[in-house]
Amino acid sequence: MNWGVLLFPGSNCAEDCFHVIDKVLGKPVTYLWHKDTDLGDVNAIIIPGGFSYGDHLRPGAIAHLSPAMTAVKEFADKGGLVIGICNGFQILTEARMLPGSLLQNKGIKFLCQDQTLRVENAETAFTSEYETGAVVGFPIAHNEGNYYAKPKTIAEMEKNGQILFRYCNAEGEVSDATNPNGSINSIAGIINRTGNVVGMMPHPERSSDAVLGLSDGKGVFISMLKYLEEKHGLDH
Amino acid sequence: MLKAIVTVMLKKGIFDPQGRAVQNGLESIGFEGIGSVRVGKQIEIVLDTQDQANAEASVHKMCDKMLANPVVESYSFEIVEA
Repeated sequence: MNWGVLLFPGSNCAEDCFHVIDKVLGKPVTYLWHKDTDLGDVNAIIIPGGFSYGDHLRPGAIAHLSPAMTAVKEFADKGGLVIGICNGFQILTEARMLPGSLLQNKGIKFLCQDQTLRVENAETAFTSEYETGAVVGFPIAHNEGNYYAKPKTIAEMEKNGQILFRYCNAEGEVSDATNPNGSINSIAGIINRTGNVVGMMPHPERSSDAVLGLSDGKGVFISMLKYLEEKHGLDH
Repeated sequence: MLKAIVTVMLKKGIFDPQGRAVQNGLESIGFEGIGSVRVGKQIEIVLDTQDQANAEASVHKMCDKMLANPVVESYSFEIVEA
């Protein structure tokens, strides 16, 4: 079961993701470079956070046109698991692999804080380790995390169970007061219609190793691993 | 040589926090009667051509492919002598 972490100039959460797969899950993981056109035999791709291409123009605007992203799209079209975290989410929306876009935080400030989230749909390849309605803690660190999509798109996503995580308080209550960045419907993470591409602003990789104080995020990667093991067989 | 002056703005109806901050700033130093402020980007591209039609077609492609995100932004441009 090989994992790939896609690197762009300016990615800065790649090592955290690599660490989780390598040391926490104990699975083979490799770095992929944005100029690669062949992604090798990976079974899952993580697009990490950071400031790809310095976030110039818009976050993800230049990165999504990299050669590797063509290969990532082909990989996803064949059902491969792709997760974009923070800047990775921005890149996936720019690539139109996920609907909507991430606008500047409503309060203008860069947000770097612990955040509680409510799991909205635990019936996916990325969230099966959780219970729907569970409250988990992942840190956030972003300036453009204000999720926006047209009302019609939002309504469809809500109906299809495509909202995976919502910002909430410690009791799991969702309101304007618990929404850190102004995202529509407090959306923190989404999944595509076919259930194999996820984007989320919060950082599960920063809360996956108990030594860091929080390990709620590990469930995302374990869910993916279990899905892959079921799909491909345990010894692949 | 021609120069394209591209303006990219958030679409109407999408909240622009930067514009609001600028508006608050202007009002705080005493400017009155400001309806709203929106902040966009201006991108200048010098093109190695004298052909107006070619330049326009090329800049449209640049905008559609990278310079603007049609989900949240609109763009316009003019072509002038560089």
